[in-house]
Amino acid sequence: MKPPPFDYVAAATVDEALEALADTSVETRPLAGGQSLVPMLNFRLAVPERLVDLNGIDELSRIEETEDGGLRLGAMVRHRQLEHDPFIARRMPLLSEATPFIAHPQIRSRGTVGGSVAHADPAAELPAVLLTLGARVRIARRSLGGEPGSRVERTVGLGEFFLGPFFSALEPDELLTAIEMPPSAPGEGTAFDEVARRRGDYALAGVAARVRLNSGGVCDEAAISLVNGGATPCLMREAARTLVGQEPTPEVIEATAAACAATSEPAADMHASEAYRRHLIQVLTRRVVSRAADRVLT
Amino acid sequence: MRIAARVNGLAWSGEVEPRLLLSDFLRSEVGLTGTHVGCEHGVCGACTVQLDGEPVRACLMFAVQVDGREVTTVEGLAEAQPGEAITVEDLHPVQRALHEAHGLQCGFCTPGILMTAEAFLRDNPTPSREEIREAVSGHLCRCTGYHNIVEGVARAAELLAADGPAAHDDDDR
Repeated sequence: MKPPPFDYVAAATVDEALEALADTSVETRPLAGGQSLVPMLNFRLAVPERLVDLNGIDELSRIEETEDGGLRLGAMVRHRQLEHDPFIARRMPLLSEATPFIAHPQIRSRGTVGGSVAHADPAAELPAVLLTLGARVRIARRSLGGEPGSRVERTVGLGEFFLGPFFSALEPDELLTAIEMPPSAPGEGTAFDEVARRRGDYALAGVAARVRLNSGGVCDEAAISLVNGGATPCLMREAARTLVGQEPTPEVIEATAAACAATSEPAADMHASEAYRRHLIQVLTRRVVSRAADRVLT
Repeated sequence: MRIAARVNGLAWSGEVEPRLLLSDFLRSEVGLTGTHVGCEHGVCGACTVQLDGEPVRACLMFAVQVDGREVTTVEGLAEAQPGEAITVEDLHPVQRALHEAHGLQCGFCTPGILMTAEAFLRDNPTPSREEIREAVSGHLCRCTGYHNIVEGVARAAELLAADGPAAHDDDDR
């Protein structure tokens, strides 16, 4: 239960981190909060030759407004910051609501937004929640053959980012630098809930929902995503479409919940069967969609 | 790699290997064995210490990451008179409360719970039972059934309130 030996680089700036990642002759992993990577090192499931510690990079810890009035979370924003920041609670209440479900307070002191997204765990809360909010990922690398300090940046929609369990569109020489979300529109309501054996455990299943109702009370936009509902954190597009153009009556919501359960692909394991997870997805979808719709009206 | 940190208010500097976990550093390099090592993958909470006052899992950090930072362990809670052994009167209110409420049996998980509870009560001096349960949810205890741990943290809130806010940071504790 001890990590394998590795070289350690404490980066003070994003450019220093990119410089280290650009040298792909050495297998290098960024070290964010370490709340998933360090257990993997302790178990020797991960054996990188070098770690680039991002914890000293102040520019990655910012929470700021984007040009379009949305929100930008630096990759090293901690779960604890999300949980307690009144600005987040006002602007993206779904983040404040879901963060306390992530592990335990000690883990949230260290765990980061960027680390959680880059880890691409289908059982994690934040990827699902961010999918519902229409988030995109900012990615940087050192430009090939360019001067030290010259960067190439790209933006990937979160829907295209998750490619498989613990597998994302991030290349080995790239660093996830920020998560951006569009501004929430008037008439929007959001909600999150999950079922876990014990508080803080990985959820058996979880659901995040965002609905937008027009002045007539008809849903004109909806997004639903699942925790532990498939091989990747996933948006349930087909289920969300059953809400659009409808008033969110109990019957409509029940149909959405049924569609969500039917199109989900949960796995069976020692904690729960596939059928039980589907049942949870249906119950939780009903619950969070109702709650999200109620929050628009109140 | 050379690091310089403060542990329970005292300066420590020396060479450490990058892969040395903070938990093993505290136990084998600094010689403070009050920080217990349970699961070594962030589940049991026994190794919880405070980093700049915030509770963290010492098994999920490296010693090199505390360079320039302040670490507080369970040994940093009680304050003995110079040259004398620690007595019950010297115990930190959180320690005294857990003792009074019979919030421990074998005591293996207790150092981590104390470090979480101390930080929690600083942020939330008058918690509900439900908030206490949430606060200590990251600790596994195989003896007590948790009930008396929750009672102990509630009792600690009372003791800290009785001592007054100033007592928390000066020599009275």
